[in-house]
Amino acid sequence: MAENKHRWKIQLAATLASNPFFLNFFEGKIHKGRSKMICVPGLNCYSCPAAAASCPIGSLQAVIGSSKFHFAYYIVGLLILMGVLLGRAICGFLCPFGWFQELLHKIPSKKLSAKKLHPLTYLKYVVLAVFVIILPMTVVNEVGLGDPFFCKYICPVGILEGGIPLSIADSAIRASLGALFTWKSCILLGCMVLFVFFYRPFCKWLCPLGAFYALLNSVSLYRFHIDTDKCTSCGACSKVCKMDVDVFRTPNHRECIRCGDCVRTCPHQAITRTFSLKSTEGKKVKTHEKNS
Amino acid sequence: MNLRKSSLFLLAAAAVMIAVGVWRGEAATVLSKGINLCLECVGIG
Repeated sequence: MAENKHRWKIQLAATLASNPFFLNFFEGKIHKGRSKMICVPGLNCYSCPAAAASCPIGSLQAVIGSSKFHFAYYIVGLLILMGVLLGRAICGFLCPFGWFQELLHKIPSKKLSAKKLHPLTYLKYVVLAVFVIILPMTVVNEVGLGDPFFCKYICPVGILEGGIPLSIADSAIRASLGALFTWKSCILLGCMVLFVFFYRPFCKWLCPLGAFYALLNSVSLYRFHIDTDKCTSCGACSKVCKMDVDVFRTPNHRECIRCGDCVRTCPHQAITRTFSLKSTEGKKVKTHEKNS
Repeated sequence: MNLRKSSLFLLAAAAVMIAVGVWRGEAATVLSKGINLCLECVGIG
């Protein structure tokens, strides 16, 4: 009842908008247009044959690991811009891999809670710092180029969207596959099994893009507001939250992907969505103080 | 009107960083990476 019946349409539209060149799947090639100069907001491999634009995490590593630059002002600026505007609503609505996780989670099976695994949510910040920034910046070859360590050793999206379809369509790529492809395929397979039982485990525990947006969730213009005059702290919002957020206490928590299930569940209509630069925090704090 | 100064500051900083990045040629590096097959991403190495 609480679930947004229309969110999948936005997720489908975002996936198609990120990957409009799907005929390339049959030809075994990738798009080479100038649109790849910009990044999509979600995790979407630029080596996916259908991808129109670049992956922000891959691009971040490409610039940091290049011999010319040591910091990626362009990509970090884009990520801050998108993060401040939408926060983790990008994860909930615009990320193709986030949607992929949700689709697999719909497979009928026993569903497991990740609440007791909460410390793992900090792992994604380690992945962002170590594999996306520090290693590509510091471990370089003789010409000063660093590997994209996250893309190379962890990211399952490249195998799903690029490696598997390209190796099916192109015999030369198929002939080049080795131990790394096997390793990444195992990661993808392991992730897919987890997706069936847990809700968005990759977003919660591993995604460096989700980690970046999580840091901006509390300052994003798109946010949730609790009307403390209406809220009775019944906890219905927290019970329905699949991202394990105590919504009525921290409506703009780092883990909230703005799916809106809590908004529909609240029996008192105390949770509202806003998109504004205007601050509402002062009023809320005062009301909490009054209640306590 | 009470504006959220941190959000405003970050938006302004983002705009400056994007401009600086484009001026330094980082967008061209992103394009160069994006139009060539990322061997690491697809698992070739």
